[in-house]
Amino acid sequence: MENILTMSPSPHLSSGATTRRIMLDVIISLVPASVAAVVFFGWKSLMLIGVCILSCVVLEYICRKVMKRKNTTGDLSAVVTGLLLALNLPPGLNPLMAVFGCIVAIVVVKQMFGGIGNNFVNPAITARIVLLVSFPVPMTTWEKPFEWLNTADSVTGATPLALVAQGESTSYLDLFLGNRGGCIGETCVLALLLGGIYLVARRVISPIIPLSFIGTVFVLSFLLGGDPVFHIMSGGVMLGAIFMATDYTTSPMNPLGKLIFGIGCGVITVLIRLYANLPEGVSYSIILMNILTPHIENLTRPRPFGKERKHEKA
Amino acid sequence: MAEKKKVSLWKEFSKGIIKENPVLCLVLGTCPTLAVTTQASNAIGMGIAATLVLICSNAAISLLRNIIPDKVRIPAYITIIAGFVTMVQMLVKAYAPSIDESLGIYLPLIVVNCIILGRAEMFASKNRVIPSMVDGLGMGVGFTAAMLLMGSIREILGAGTWFGIPLTSGVVDPILIFILPPGGFFVFGMLVALSSKLSGKKKAAEDVGCAGCPLSENCSKVKKEGECNG
Repeated sequence: MENILTMSPSPHLSSGATTRRIMLDVIISLVPASVAAVVFFGWKSLMLIGVCILSCVVLEYICRKVMKRKNTTGDLSAVVTGLLLALNLPPGLNPLMAVFGCIVAIVVVKQMFGGIGNNFVNPAITARIVLLVSFPVPMTTWEKPFEWLNTADSVTGATPLALVAQGESTSYLDLFLGNRGGCIGETCVLALLLGGIYLVARRVISPIIPLSFIGTVFVLSFLLGGDPVFHIMSGGVMLGAIFMATDYTTSPMNPLGKLIFGIGCGVITVLIRLYANLPEGVSYSIILMNILTPHIENLTRPRPFGKERKHEKA
Repeated sequence: MAEKKKVSLWKEFSKGIIKENPVLCLVLGTCPTLAVTTQASNAIGMGIAATLVLICSNAAISLLRNIIPDKVRIPAYITIIAGFVTMVQMLVKAYAPSIDESLGIYLPLIVVNCIILGRAEMFASKNRVIPSMVDGLGMGVGFTAAMLLMGSIREILGAGTWFGIPLTSGVVDPILIFILPPGGFFVFGMLVALSSKLSGKKKAAEDVGCAGCPLSENCSKVKKEGECNG
């Protein structure tokens, strides 16, 4: 099994880190959020996670087989995609719809563009958006946490962002611990922060994108008259900033680019939340910045040492 | 002699369906293909209307091919096509008002459908009347078939019905994105990929210039390789 270890095209770490190692770290960092998901939303979220991971891995295997390319299921990137997609889904979603999301993520977004390292947008985020467009009602039917313990029937409730639109507020402690409605993996800020700290400590991600993303949301929502603490802890900001926006393939490589990327995500998120029809804008902000990434890379390309500046030459 | 002519006519007809399918191989007429294929019945209506215009305009342009001055041929073709489109539109309005309603603006827009102008330029302006009409019929059937295929896929997946008959609606939730514009692009891309896979054409990237174009055989612009500006 050792010979299926692969190196990703970028970044070229010389630490001997492999794609498999990095993906394993991401999976470990997502464990707290997954546990929180199961605690708050019950066996249904466990089943969603299982269905998504299994179908992503199987689809990746089939795709590589059909395209007559090297089998890459061993690098665990499909597991990460499946897990992230599952954490971005509402608890009561029909598993068949989740499988459709996995098809979009793995077949359309990832493998059709050449597999790991070649997708131009984040597969899990794109799958979530396609699901949201395809199944608007099931994708916005949220369940109240802990209701699975009391009754067989699920009780639906609004997310804090939707509640705010109706003039109700959720306490900071409930937001921080995750005792609120929402996608299964986005509710528990504590678990997501633990995962983020692990990733930064393991040097899997640089903290620039999450910090600039969350910081921009904080500052901008304050300037535009929102409640900054509420805005960074509600919705998918934490999940998106720590796990989705930091995807190597679809985010810029150097620090200045990362900063621009994070600020862009934050600005679009706040603008969508405060001025658009949708209550939540994290997924759209990340996908839009994913598309801008090549241009950010071009604008922030580091000058090689000793090379004259462009405008001086011209 | 007669038999030979028949064979070549059959060739003119069949090339439009598979080898030079206007939508899937030549990638012409994508606007109506993407816009009206949300339902299989719309696709059929659009296909038939375009086929009628295509046959008539090919015949008229072929008849007039020696009279129309070369410099003003495009305006002349467009005028002829517009005349036939107006006739077809009036007929549809009179006899199939429901189709007219669902096709909306795309019915008069057949005037600027690339397939029709393309066949006038590529074929009808250089060939006799009968082969031109057969060419128009073949292209029209190919266009209709491709649109029907796309319309069926999109309607079944996106609405759970086919020609308005419920197939899966009520059992499985329809995947709404397929009847929205992004779904149209997805299905179109998949079908083009599939058709080029099935027809076994493997074009290297450098072949996709003028010389690699499926129209290169009859295109007057291709004289030498690389001597083409569109």
